[in-house]
Amino acid sequence: MTSSELTHRTAAELAAAIASGEVSAVEVASAHLDRISAVDDRVRAFLHVDVEGALNQAREVDRRRAQGEPLGPLAGVPIAHKDVFTTRGVPTTAGSKILEGWIPPYDATVTERLRAAGLVILGKTNMDEFAMGSSTENSAYGPSRNPWDLERVPGGSSGGSSAAVAGYEAPLATGTDTGGSIRQPAAVCGIVGAKPTYGGSSRYGVIAFASSLDTPGPFARNVLDAALLHEAFSGHDPMDSTSVDAPVPPVVEAARRGDVAGMRVGVVREFAGEGYQPGVLTRFNEAVELLESLGAKVSEVSCPNFTTALPAYYLISPSECSSNLARFDAMRYGLRVGDDGTRSAEEVMALTRAAGFGPEVKRRIILGTYALSSGYYDAYYGSAQKVRTLIARDFTAAFEQVDVLVSPTTPTTAFPIGERADDPMAMYRADLCTIPANLAGNAALSVPCGLAPEDGLPVGLQIMAPALADDRTYRVAAAVESALTARWGAELLTKAPSLV
Amino acid sequence: MADTVSLMKYDEALTRFEPVLGLETHVELGTAAKMFCGCPTGFGAAPNTQVCPVCLALPGALPVANASAIERTIRIGLALNCSIAEWCRFARKNYFYPDMPKNYQISQYDEPLCTDGHLDVEVEGRSFRVGIERVHLEEDTGKSLHVGGATGRIHGADHSLVDYNRAGIPLVEIVTRPIEGTGELAPLVARAYVTELRDLLRALDVSDVRMEQGSLRCDVNVSLMERGASQWGTRTETKNVNSLRSVERAVRHEIERQAAVLADGGRVVQETRHFQENTGTTAQGRSKEEAQDYRYFPEPDLVPIAPARDWVEELRAGLPELPAARRARVQREWGLSELELRDLVNAEALDLVEETVAAGATSGDARKWWLNELSRRATAAEVALAELPITPAQVARVAALVAEGSLNDKLARQVIEGVLAGEGEPDAVVESRGLRVVSDDSALGAAVDDAIAANPQIAEKVRSGKVAAAGALVGAVMKATRGQADAGRARALILERLGVQG
Repeated sequence: MTSSELTHRTAAELAAAIASGEVSAVEVASAHLDRISAVDDRVRAFLHVDVEGALNQAREVDRRRAQGEPLGPLAGVPIAHKDVFTTRGVPTTAGSKILEGWIPPYDATVTERLRAAGLVILGKTNMDEFAMGSSTENSAYGPSRNPWDLERVPGGSSGGSSAAVAGYEAPLATGTDTGGSIRQPAAVCGIVGAKPTYGGSSRYGVIAFASSLDTPGPFARNVLDAALLHEAFSGHDPMDSTSVDAPVPPVVEAARRGDVAGMRVGVVREFAGEGYQPGVLTRFNEAVELLESLGAKVSEVSCPNFTTALPAYYLISPSECSSNLARFDAMRYGLRVGDDGTRSAEEVMALTRAAGFGPEVKRRIILGTYALSSGYYDAYYGSAQKVRTLIARDFTAAFEQVDVLVSPTTPTTAFPIGERADDPMAMYRADLCTIPANLAGNAALSVPCGLAPEDGLPVGLQIMAPALADDRTYRVAAAVESALTARWGAELLTKAPSLV
Repeated sequence: MADTVSLMKYDEALTRFEPVLGLETHVELGTAAKMFCGCPTGFGAAPNTQVCPVCLALPGALPVANASAIERTIRIGLALNCSIAEWCRFARKNYFYPDMPKNYQISQYDEPLCTDGHLDVEVEGRSFRVGIERVHLEEDTGKSLHVGGATGRIHGADHSLVDYNRAGIPLVEIVTRPIEGTGELAPLVARAYVTELRDLLRALDVSDVRMEQGSLRCDVNVSLMERGASQWGTRTETKNVNSLRSVERAVRHEIERQAAVLADGGRVVQETRHFQENTGTTAQGRSKEEAQDYRYFPEPDLVPIAPARDWVEELRAGLPELPAARRARVQREWGLSELELRDLVNAEALDLVEETVAAGATSGDARKWWLNELSRRATAAEVALAELPITPAQVARVAALVAEGSLNDKLARQVIEGVLAGEGEPDAVVESRGLRVVSDDSALGAAVDDAIAANPQIAEKVRSGKVAAAGALVGAVMKATRGQADAGRARALILERLGVQG
């Protein structure tokens, strides 16, 4: 197989080829490292490429195979790892200057499980600073580019991961989804991204943005690969108190099954109309019709409180982040500014935080600090928690009528770099449809459903299911993927302009 | 900080003002692991050797609550007659300080684990019921060491070092309701409360409760109100109160200080003060007038605590005998007067005496040795009674040797001296120092004959019927035998030789 063939295979195919000895893990890793060398100066998906580490992991997989040791279903498959996960011995910045040069002494649980599964970590991917943003423009290290159009954003916050997968730099990537940070970049890059049930994947070693919302999840170019990765790193973790002690939902089986006959699909009435790009709605409506044609029972469902999700989210997540980010104080690790022997610890803390955090992070810390302050707590944080309860009730009521809910993943396709950089509210609206599942802790997934006619850019279909029913999102996504791939003659990404 | 302090005489202050107390006690639980990670908790380890990503607050690390700490807190709550919450959460208390790794403390705010209890204490025959407002669970901070400068405080220091070994050790905070109506007994009530609480925690075996090592720390709140007034005065909170005696002194000093301020037409400033061990006074700390906003909110990294009711009842049923019940039992079993009991308690000898009795001594003998000879030696050595290098079993053995006549009291004191000096078990000391009582007649006979021969006038008095005079001859025998004679046997021999009936 040529290098280009290797980078364009699915994760499942690569694992099978490595397991059968058709190709070595080192060859697969090298092909992807070569691809990164060739295109990443334009895509800028990676903050750090770990050539040596990747090749060592690949060699280990080859050694195990040679000795006849059992290999997992993704052994030897390369993966791009979001820079929000700690990686022992490999720099981890969360996209922030305040952590520049920090080398974690420990692995996140997800990292540990990737290693245990024999996945080969190619490097760490770019992200909005501390996962706050929808474009990677808030990264202290500059934005990543959308492989569909290098002048457009790849979404965010996990935009480096989505760009790496869409740019064939890695068949798989990790992300974290706090308000849409996996689904939105997956949608605008034309790939699959899933937000597992909150607590279904471990947060231990995930540099926290908003603790009650952060959820690690997979990126892939197809539904089965996403399910394989989902299964590889999910499941109960005693190091995370909020981790759910339940079996991982049968996502791989669901991705293989992919039939929706008799499934009840609800279309969220509130996610349409003003602010939605017409081409996005066109493709979304076609996807709904497709589901109906595949035997799903489609109905419209109203979730009236979803319209208040965005403001509630922008009180809860900044509140939690204002506290979570307090630990970046120059005392124990990371950047230290102004320590010239004349200043107090408090002054050094203040100078470091002033220099180390970017404007969006500061905006949210200030917002959250305000929302939690005495006298305002009830009006802001307290009210937002009530809204959160109402949204969860909307979901509960909806899931009494339907098995899954669907909506566009994002109101628009990928927007040009710079377009929303000075307009936070416009930027925040990118997560309009994805936030409710975070507030309720449900499972949700984005799968490509075509290109918007007006700009030829990918549109994502969001599928939402009850907590711990992640398998339903994969089942529906697999059905859509299979029907649309047949219609297009190939996966959607083949329609993207070639980078080489 | 030089406070210009004028004080009002204590008695005068009490005639004009009524003190209201409040005590906040922090107890380090003696769990093997820290509150939210698996790090060990031993005292005295080299700095920053008992740390991990969680208690250092490395990016990405998460807390997991220590189940044993929750159980201990519930047992404390039950022993203090509290209600145990059916559902409660941890909360984050946000403030920046270098020895607090996360720059927030995981604590509890409006949902404490235990609420509404009480603890009865006795002072000078009067009983006071101290209301317990709440018992909650939190984590300790690290420790800052300020290097350079004269005071060891941060002002004037060249640099500071931080030891995070203590960061994350489980800490229980026990908060009283305002304690009113104690009058001039206020300092003693405060001390009695902390003493009783300490003994209760010790009985529960939840903490080593060593105030000098900081595993029991007390903040003392004091306010004064004019006698007859209905509104409480402004309170101060005195921290750094590291012994029972300091609790008493801190209350007394604040009463005298605040009374002088108020009598002078001034106003008491709501502030944190620091107790000064060397002077027994309090010094101004941080002003609380600009109240810090801790921005409490429910800790999203931890699931709520929901202790099952049957488990709570199991813990209740498994509580050990608590100090008050134990005192009542001991008093009854040993037939002690109120005064005798109080002496025993005040000397902190109850455990020791009970263990000595368990080792075979009578309660009378056990009390005698611990409260007299051993208390005297502890005082002289400036150590706590329990810290003397002698065990209750050894004391019981000494008492047994006296009871069987092998030792008299004087010799027994020498045996104890030997044990304390590290010469081994009581029997070994008796052997090596040759301290056994001389009671066989042949050995005593010569000494008796010598004593009679050397004191003819006294011997004559005894012969003529003044039997009481024999005491002087016994004394002479004891002197000649360096105390080793059996005094009773010597007396019998003297009377026999002088032909008198004893």
